[in-house]
Amino acid sequence: MIGAAMAAAQWRVATVTAIRAETASVKTIRFEVPGWPGHLGGQHVDLRLTAEDGYVAQRSYSIASGAGTSPQIELTIDAVPDGEVSGFLHEELRIGDQIEIRGPIGSYFAWSAEHDYGLLLIAGGSGIVPLMSMLRSRAAAGATQHARLLYSSRSIDQIIYRSELDRLAAQTTHFTLTHTLTRETPSGWAGEQGRIDRVMLTRRQFTPAGDPDVYVCGPTAFVETIAEHLVAMGHRASNVRTERFGPTGAIRT
Amino acid sequence: MLVTRGFKGRRREGDADRLRLPPGQFLTPEFPVLTTGPTQHTRLDRWSLALQHGGSLLGKWSWEQFEALPQTEITCDIHCVTKWSKFDTRWRGVTIDNLLRAAGLDAAPTGFLMAHCDGGYTTNLLIGDLIEARAMIATHFDDLPLLPAHGGPARLLVPHLYFWKSAKWVRRLAFRENDTPGFCESHGYHLRGDPWREQRYEGDL
Repeated sequence: MIGAAMAAAQWRVATVTAIRAETASVKTIRFEVPGWPGHLGGQHVDLRLTAEDGYVAQRSYSIASGAGTSPQIELTIDAVPDGEVSGFLHEELRIGDQIEIRGPIGSYFAWSAEHDYGLLLIAGGSGIVPLMSMLRSRAAAGATQHARLLYSSRSIDQIIYRSELDRLAAQTTHFTLTHTLTRETPSGWAGEQGRIDRVMLTRRQFTPAGDPDVYVCGPTAFVETIAEHLVAMGHRASNVRTERFGPTGAIRT
Repeated sequence: MLVTRGFKGRRREGDADRLRLPPGQFLTPEFPVLTTGPTQHTRLDRWSLALQHGGSLLGKWSWEQFEALPQTEITCDIHCVTKWSKFDTRWRGVTIDNLLRAAGLDAAPTGFLMAHCDGGYTTNLLIGDLIEARAMIATHFDDLPLLPAHGGPARLLVPHLYFWKSAKWVRRLAFRENDTPGFCESHGYHLRGDPWREQRYEGDL
């Protein structure tokens, strides 16, 4: 255990091997990380950027790729307006560039195949990233318990991983996907509309029946509101794990 | 040091601010909320704070009794392990020194302390990080009662350590002989968490 912790704390030099756009403001970056100790779905990493004059900026980002020990890991990064680091990652970073990385970090907001219980996932915006890592981990591990995802986006073109989520939902009988759109809804939209509330949670069976594990990730106000609904619906507070906008709380830059 | 090609940084902090920022931190005017689960709401008429040593109770205060203890105001910088720091935060509460005095103790027990909170959160601390006006049980922020989302009615405030040590919704302080990890500390975070040494994670020196 000490060995694993030492390995996670160690800074490694990662090389960018692929960059792809997920939406107009979200990119996924793949890194080759020699010696990567492996991770669980939902964990995060720290990045360290150093300017020529020695100025250093560090940020935390959720891992998007599924659990495992592959030295290739993916981060999905939302471009925050005026973001010092996310702006650099979106505009400057190229394939072949090197960047310092350490992790994986945080073993609480994480899914492990050893704990394959009923699973309720609720995401707002880029809060989907660690939950996608969990879903990918579940698919790879052949998880047998039912999982539900309720994913709130402003509009259809801002849904991250849309086609992969559709594929996952079509391929497996124990994954139920529901989108809700809060601003614009295309004609013929079959999903939910508007912000997630208690009625929507109940309609989509995000109920305490079966004592499921619940993970909520998104902006602070989103997470606060939904966590309160869940507790009021009878979920045990200790079953509700929350993360405000990825690992960095209300602020991402 | 690996220079990141093309990275210049925005340097929104001036030189004076930079000296106040521990390594790897950035300054924010906001007050982000980070909690591992739902916000706890504890009614004041059901609230109490207990001080324990080993198996024995050293003192226990109701909300009214606690509010009557000597109050201390402090202004301090706070540093979250998720990288944000906030300067000049203003708090009011009861220092651990005054709490010990109120329990009739001349000196703190030696060793360690585990803070226990509503919702099951715990964090471990060295006694030396709590006494000599280094820590308090805070009930007010900016002259107003502390909001539940920020740990109200009462949270631990240990501003010289990463802010996960300043446990929200604290209810019981237990002195003990041995140091064992609390909640974050058993999920990969450092046992002590000194931001100036950048003790973020297990394995950091």
